[in-house]
Amino acid sequence: MHKLYVVPTLIINAVIILVPALLTMALAFFRWDGITTPAFVGLQNFQALWVDHVFWTALGNNLIWTAIFLVVPIAIGLVAATMLLVVRRGSMVFQVIYFLPMVIATAILARVWQGMIYSPVSGVNGLLQRTGFQTLDPLTQPSTALFGIATVDLWHWWGFLCVIFFAALRQVPHEQIEAARIEGASFWQMMRYVLLPGIRPTITLMMIMTVIWSFLVFDFVYILTQGGPAFSSEVLSTLAYRSAFYDLAVGKAAAVSIVISLFGLAATAVYIRAQAKEFQQ
Amino acid sequence: MRLVESKVTLYLTYTALAILLAITLFPIALLVLNALKPAAQIVQNPLTLPDTIRWDNFTRAWQDARFGRTMLNSAMLAASTIVLVCTTGSLTAYVLARRKIKSWKIITFYLLGTTTAPIQLFLFPLYFGFAKLGLINNILAVSLIYTALYSPFAIMLLRTYFLAVPKELEESALIDGASHWQVFTKVMLPIVSPGILTVALIIGLYSWNEFLIATTFLQKADRVTAVVSVFLLSGQYTADWEEIMAAALIIVLPIVVLFVLLQRRFIEGMAGGAVKG
Repeated sequence: MHKLYVVPTLIINAVIILVPALLTMALAFFRWDGITTPAFVGLQNFQALWVDHVFWTALGNNLIWTAIFLVVPIAIGLVAATMLLVVRRGSMVFQVIYFLPMVIATAILARVWQGMIYSPVSGVNGLLQRTGFQTLDPLTQPSTALFGIATVDLWHWWGFLCVIFFAALRQVPHEQIEAARIEGASFWQMMRYVLLPGIRPTITLMMIMTVIWSFLVFDFVYILTQGGPAFSSEVLSTLAYRSAFYDLAVGKAAAVSIVISLFGLAATAVYIRAQAKEFQQ
Repeated sequence: MRLVESKVTLYLTYTALAILLAITLFPIALLVLNALKPAAQIVQNPLTLPDTIRWDNFTRAWQDARFGRTMLNSAMLAASTIVLVCTTGSLTAYVLARRKIKSWKIITFYLLGTTTAPIQLFLFPLYFGFAKLGLINNILAVSLIYTALYSPFAIMLLRTYFLAVPKELEESALIDGASHWQVFTKVMLPIVSPGILTVALIIGLYSWNEFLIATTFLQKADRVTAVVSVFLLSGQYTADWEEIMAAALIIVLPIVVLFVLLQRRFIEGMAGGAVKG
């Protein structure tokens, strides 16, 4: 009887995710424009990617993105969470405001940064230029476009990590903290030997998720630069999207999706192993 | 309990926290400020307070983004996603939490796995399949996609609520002659209703804010969502920023008010799952 309870979830999942995902895996070996009959081409899509410098730029950008997000927001989040733990009073108000960008649509946040901050006409950037600073719009320079986008995502993202780390820090057993105090531990010793080890599982989990999410990043890139200028800020997800819907090269898009998934899969394997411990209890 | 004794350290910490606060609020303040200004004043200086408050920005934004229509689309999309996720999700979460079926482990890990699958892995066949079936521009069909996307998260969250219900409650109801279905609907669901409410809020928020699927599957002018309609307000190079900011504020304000009122639920729902695992 209880088997029937999971049927609706599994049917919806199969129709929307599982079957199309299997089809994508098959399509990676076909040439298809989305309309005519797909033609089997073997590994040609992957060979084409191998010699496509935009693909390598996109892959490189995803790796740079992963490196940035493994370090910067996690560091800011940890420091801010620790500071909240230190001050205690008012920490709830701070935490709610740090979290605020997470509830606003990414499409809207991207537009605000684009028009009000980066734009040389209507943004703060333009104001700086008019008052004599030699600033450029980072989104229009091939060397800085990716970092311009990453800044927006960082700004929107670190507060989420801060809230998670703060919640974890508060769950570190009081006895451990008291014991360390009685032993005369300084604040830094407390961090190093009690608090950070206490929340290590949370930090590990967030790092795994960061790797997964870094290969999924789409909205901010698509809205702020569409991968430009000259593909300098292209990431795999925008490359796949553009291939499928603008160039009608669905086979190529599927091949790129397979590459994204392989990176995700490696991180997911680690993630599920980490989660498995909890389910064994 | 205090971690730090010195007053100076405490003040320095507050200063650092306040700087982070200012950085977080700065772009949002620009959004609010410039939604109220005439265009000429934005180009002059986006940081100043408005000389005259231009309420007509909002009426123009409302018309050009066709919010009367697009907000209704977003609301319908969010509502149907909430209903689908909460009904199918609570059924699954109950069975998985109580290990009612032998395959609970495989299903749990499979669902966890799909939360990390890139959308691009299933987007293209799905799009062309929907196109063939005439389901592009169909709001209910898109809410099915959202349901598949958000269900695993909802199930994992609801699972923790079901786990917290004592087993004895269920057993005594069964002894009293209740059927399994009655146990689920009459005993379990009322107890986990706070969890369902949290899930409904978060799923509503996600569906309201979602961009990639919405912009791909709902393209016809009278089917786009409110967020996408703001995105469409500007070409890349010509833009009435005061109008875009006004439109953005119209969409963002209700969400922010709701968030501030129900912050505990939002934060617990969005961040809590990550801590509990």
